[in-house]
Amino acid sequence: MNPVPLFVAIPLGAAFLIPMLGIWWKKSGEALAALSTATLAVMAILSIGSTAVAYHMGGWAPPVGIALVSDGLTVLLLIAVNVIAFLCIIFSLKYMTAYSGLPKYYSLFMLMVAGMNGVVVSGDLFNLYVFLEVASIASYALVAFGTEADELEAGFKYLVLGSVASVMILFAIGTVYAVTGTLNMADAAREISTRFSGAGAMNPALLLAAAMFLMGFSLKAALVPFHAWLPDAHPSAPAPISAMLSGVVIKSLGIYAICRVFFHVFGFDPNVMGSVILANSMIWLAVLSIVVGGLLAIGQWDYKRLLAYSSIGQVGYVMLGLGVGARVLATGGPRSLAALAILGGLFHLVNHAFFKSLLFLSSGAIQHATGTRDMKQMGGLREKMPITSAVTNLAALSISGVPPFSGFWSKLIILIAVVKAEHYVIAGIAIVMAFVTLAYYVKVQREIIFGSVRGAVERAKEVPAAMYVPLIILAIVCVGFGLLYPVFGYRILEPARDALMNSAEYVKLVLG
Amino acid sequence: MTVYFLCVVLLTMGLYCLVAKKNIVKKVIGLVIMDYAVNLYLIIIGYKKGGVAPVVERGMNSAMLERFVDPLPQALVLTSIVIGLGVLALMVAMCIRIYERHGTFDMSQISKLRG
Repeated sequence: MNPVPLFVAIPLGAAFLIPMLGIWWKKSGEALAALSTATLAVMAILSIGSTAVAYHMGGWAPPVGIALVSDGLTVLLLIAVNVIAFLCIIFSLKYMTAYSGLPKYYSLFMLMVAGMNGVVVSGDLFNLYVFLEVASIASYALVAFGTEADELEAGFKYLVLGSVASVMILFAIGTVYAVTGTLNMADAAREISTRFSGAGAMNPALLLAAAMFLMGFSLKAALVPFHAWLPDAHPSAPAPISAMLSGVVIKSLGIYAICRVFFHVFGFDPNVMGSVILANSMIWLAVLSIVVGGLLAIGQWDYKRLLAYSSIGQVGYVMLGLGVGARVLATGGPRSLAALAILGGLFHLVNHAFFKSLLFLSSGAIQHATGTRDMKQMGGLREKMPITSAVTNLAALSISGVPPFSGFWSKLIILIAVVKAEHYVIAGIAIVMAFVTLAYYVKVQREIIFGSVRGAVERAKEVPAAMYVPLIILAIVCVGFGLLYPVFGYRILEPARDALMNSAEYVKLVLG
Repeated sequence: MTVYFLCVVLLTMGLYCLVAKKNIVKKVIGLVIMDYAVNLYLIIIGYKKGGVAPVVERGMNSAMLERFVDPLPQALVLTSIVIGLGVLALMVAMCIRIYERHGTFDMSQISKLRG
């Protein structure tokens, strides 16, 4: 049996059952959420190296029916989403006991996972929109889950901006439908490549749709200048939700959707006139995000807010790799160079998913133990909470690009690709901002981990095993991605890169 | 062409309301206007002049089938309306909770967080 629909069906079923059973069984949320996310994580890991498949819902062949597609890129995202979701659920078991209404929390969490998996496997533009809305609505509610003044305000802000993004995306989908007469991504890609390639400018309606898509997805991915919701929403959410938002939501709803729609549906090809403009705007968004996110992070004293700004900057690096790859493809440069840039972008995407969720979970552990996230009131955590401090240190080294941790290799690949593509100014900016990243993580280490014990840390105790075990697993993954690249790189990253670069193969896979 | 233009005008009006108004309930109304502008846009895409409902009956010839409006955008709009309803319910619920916490609907008095 084809496992692709199960990635949506299992979490959706769990989300439905949890509040139902919650009436009689108080622990239904914990039990069902842990069980289903564990199943999904195992399924995602088992799908490594599987051949690309297209599943036709209800046996209707595309372009009439709805297609669910699993190729290399999908597998990469499925692993990140489901493994991190499982670890966040394990962390939640202990951490969330301070909140009430837990069945609702787990139900919304599973809805968010269902939405993200749906976005990732969907082969149909409108289906992608529906799943995007499922994931978004669940995350709006989860950000405001504490229902205190700040949480509600952040949740409302996220909701309004996210809804504007959704409206733009729907408008763009309507325009693509009007031009191509199909919603199936592969079919639309075939229409666009056969009807609008060759000499002449890109169809203005398609250019409008591309701009709307770019704006909508950038808002979901929190790229500057569409980032205003993120530094409020991430600190206000409960720690496991911040980890999910920063680790995978902004990537699967934003970056993945940009990849799928622009690389596969619109296509970066020298024959398509508008594609250079698109690639350039991707690079500009990336550079702006790297600079603004990095510079704003330095001045923060709220630990989670610092991490949130850092997410903006790091997503900029992911976008930079993809954007440079897209530009090389669009200007007809060497495909090997485009492959290198895209590989760097995807590698940083996975790395950032793991170490940023580790950092957000550890910030939750620190907040759980000390009761504060103000860095001025902390210090000397190393003595009171050795395990949490060790994993935080490791993640900080990894994200700031210290060899031999994973973040170093992915940033190195991106920078090599940017230099080889002869964008020297951008490469210079990216290198300087990499040092800025190091600077604010040194600040984190100095203020929180090292130094003498002071402030809120004095009465802190190490968190229970249910909270530090997920942290340790994530830390092992971070180190493993850095040291064991040959093992997993060929099995996961390179299929993802090849899937992203070969639009024609995607069309063939779906339409047969 | 005019009708598409008016549709975009409606979208922009909603966006203006969202950006310019301080009252969060008015912001919600602006968002709903945007949502409906896009629904209208989808319907217009599928419409043709003198079109009939796309219901196939016995004995119809191809000339009759030609007059059908495109049914797909209508299905999309139905889904989109349902999603819009869900978002609207969440927004209104949040507005009520914000009013309980802050005692006001005025965004300029609420905003403590500055992105």
